[in-house]
Amino acid sequence: MQVARVMGEVVSTIKDANLVGVNLLVLQPLTLSGDPAGKTLVALDSVGAGVGERVFFVRGREAAFPFYPSEPPTDASVIGIVDRMDAE
Amino acid sequence: MQICRVVGTVVATQKNPKLEGAKLLLVQPLTLDDEPRGVTMLAIDSVGAGVGEKVLVVFEGKAAGDALGRKAAAVDAAIVGIVDAVEVHP
Repeated sequence: MQVARVMGEVVSTIKDANLVGVNLLVLQPLTLSGDPAGKTLVALDSVGAGVGERVFFVRGREAAFPFYPSEPPTDASVIGIVDRMDAE
Repeated sequence: MQICRVVGTVVATQKNPKLEGAKLLLVQPLTLDDEPRGVTMLAIDSVGAGVGEKVLVVFEGKAAGDALGRKAAAVDAAIVGIVDAVEVHP
């Protein structure tokens, strides 16, 4: 799992049936200090996150689990909104 | 998932049986500024995308197999949506 900033949203009308009704968020992964780290990506939203929020997301096959029993074809999903993060 | 541009098609007569009837497209990953990023990849198309269109591509084996509607297919990338717009608020 990784921390990211929600940069925007993707609008798509023609898409896989299992993606209907799910928000597509553009994410920028972040370092601990909040700087951009690595490539932007698109992830499914499972928690109601919005643009500008700091979130964490999961990659891989597990990204479909929050939508069980539906199995959307995804490789990344937002699974939490960060309220606060403390690091040494 | 990555936002990509469809840049071509692939025709293969001889291929893994699980790929029979699957449409193979060449996709070029893009940055948020629509610049090419990284190498061109092959992806299965499950939504009827065409050359020149901006699409959403999932790069994960299980998800790609689901999009294709086949279990244990030898695929690791699939087009799962056609992008109408990307709304970014920096």
